[in-house]
Amino acid sequence: MSVTRPKPPAPSTDKRWNLVNAAMRRNGYADHALIEALHSVQEAFGYLDETALIYVAESLDLPLSKVFGVATFYHLFMLKPKGRHACVVCTGTACYIKGAGGLIEGIEGRYGIQPGETTDDNALSLLSARCVGACGLAPAVVLNGDMLGKQTSEDLLTRLGGLD
Amino acid sequence: MNLDELNEMAEEVRAADAGVAHEVRVCMAASCQSSGAGPVLDGLREAAPGGTCRVKGVGCMGLCSAGPLVAVAPMDGGEPVLYRDVKAEDAQAIAASIGAAPVERLRLPNDLPFFSHQQKIVLENSGVIDPNSFKGYIAVGGYSAMVQALTEMSPADVLAEVTASGLRGRGGGGYPTGLKWSTVAKMPADQKFVICNADEGDPGAFMDRAILESDPHRVIEGMAIAAYAVGANRGYVYVRAEYPLAVERLKTAIRKAKRSGFLGAHICDTQFSFEVEIRLGAGAFVCGEETALMASIEGLRGQPRPRPPYPAESGLWGYPTLINNVETFANIAPIVVKGGDWFAGIGTEHSKGTKVFALAGTIRNTGLIEVPMGTRLRDIIEVIGGGIPNGRAFKAVQTGGPSGGCLPAAHLDIPVDYDSLRALGTIMGSGGMIVMDETSSMVDVARYFMEFCMTESCGKCIPCRAGTQQMHDLLKTIAKGQGTRADLALLEDLCEVVQATSLCGLGQTAPNPVLSTLRHFRSEYEEKLAATSA
Repeated sequence: MSVTRPKPPAPSTDKRWNLVNAAMRRNGYADHALIEALHSVQEAFGYLDETALIYVAESLDLPLSKVFGVATFYHLFMLKPKGRHACVVCTGTACYIKGAGGLIEGIEGRYGIQPGETTDDNALSLLSARCVGACGLAPAVVLNGDMLGKQTSEDLLTRLGGLD
Repeated sequence: MNLDELNEMAEEVRAADAGVAHEVRVCMAASCQSSGAGPVLDGLREAAPGGTCRVKGVGCMGLCSAGPLVAVAPMDGGEPVLYRDVKAEDAQAIAASIGAAPVERLRLPNDLPFFSHQQKIVLENSGVIDPNSFKGYIAVGGYSAMVQALTEMSPADVLAEVTASGLRGRGGGGYPTGLKWSTVAKMPADQKFVICNADEGDPGAFMDRAILESDPHRVIEGMAIAAYAVGANRGYVYVRAEYPLAVERLKTAIRKAKRSGFLGAHICDTQFSFEVEIRLGAGAFVCGEETALMASIEGLRGQPRPRPPYPAESGLWGYPTLINNVETFANIAPIVVKGGDWFAGIGTEHSKGTKVFALAGTIRNTGLIEVPMGTRLRDIIEVIGGGIPNGRAFKAVQTGGPSGGCLPAAHLDIPVDYDSLRALGTIMGSGGMIVMDETSSMVDVARYFMEFCMTESCGKCIPCRAGTQQMHDLLKTIAKGQGTRADLALLEDLCEVVQATSLCGLGQTAPNPVLSTLRHFRSEYEEKLAATSA
């Protein structure tokens, strides 16, 4: 016999929780829609913090350990906030052959951050992707959601330097 | 609804367009969009003469390296004029050329070998129809295969056609599709599932992305026919979150198909019902493996489990489940309409039909191509691909991603089919083809793929988790010129162990890039050793 527990209240009055609630409700609060729920948190808040993980676990009636296990298994989920700008360098085969390594080294040299890290002033996060599927434009970079193709280290650093 | 009514509907859509004399097609697939196709489309919409000219966004035209691509097609069936590297400023010139002389400075010759050597089945609508338009798909005969199957064929008839076609799974394994479908169909169960694997994880592969972005209804139609044949009524498309445009177009397509009664309960007023949902991946390569993919749909960590039982017997939540790749489903509609024998007439004895490849790397024409199975590798690289740029020499072509291998120039004359590639130590894979010139180091390429497998190992079984790590360390040492003969021997030994003892395909095939480069480029490894162990 299963007992339906009342859903927990949202952690704060932040309106973004409504988006998370909508995603969970759309899937009938089913536990198999956990990944969908985590996607909605990341979309709304940019990353998954402990408060969000606990809230999702309680809402879907799942142990926190399981939610944490799933959140850490998948590369796309971020447990730390990103900087104001996110620069994703594609490291797929075509991009690798055409010099993605140089792009990462260029950013490492200028900003002192490695893939997965954020600058101290919170301005820039450097990320790497397995393949963004834009192999015809290799090497490709996704800067704040916009795809930039055929990048050179100079181009990219100039563009990054021009961000606020 | 029966076929006559559907044909009538298609006729009505075409009749509504009767006044259109020219169509200006702007490629709005991801690659061209990132080269600036959006402003080009806006510019052309503004500049184009109204009335007899229609401007529309379409899917992938193939030649990604020359994007943004624009085609001006006369609607009387004449040859379209193709333009390359179009900028928003060019809109006026192109608009003015409609019905007059083409703009020669932007023009791509129509007899370009890149286009003339292809045969399109999967991609026949790609670059022609608007992927967001349901009516556009109906106008080119869309959903007629599904309606034909539902109203004129029994599930057994559909299975017979798919079996006769000789179609093999396009995700890489090459398992006969008809056999897989028949196994699921035979299972006695109240609930069955159909899953479309769109978790295209191989780096350097973008076929499935392009198909979903260019012709999403085609994939849905294939899934619905499959569901009818095997007796399923629910389906999932598991697609990478890295492909936002593909997800958006797929969502639109599902919504529109449902609204028009081509998905949902009692499709086209028959007893058949089929619901499709999208599930987003979250960046785990191992989820391309079918048992890991199902775990991920169930909301769990994407870790594979041993087979048997195969998904056909016990899959999603323990129910019989049919899993096929995007390209496999995209082949189904033409097989149903034209018959399995027609399809079996294309390709080679054991590999039927066509294959879509993503050409990338150091090659002149990068992009998406579709050729009959059995096409010579040399024709793909030198004729369609245009060869190696910058006067450099060809060195190797990598197929099959991290599970595949590299082929040297000596084997360029082989026919590309499942068995020829396997005999040479690589695999067809999902269709990524990465060309490398003489400047690429094969040891470094092997190290690159091993790093990939090491990072992507799910950690469940020890041979893969620990073995890929050890092999990567050895390859790093050898690549730096610090390796010894003993290191190389240990590496070869480990390849064998990891291949033989890993739980799933990821681990079992992780040594392939090392083994194939050792087989065809052993001297490069030896040269790296020479410095320390001579």
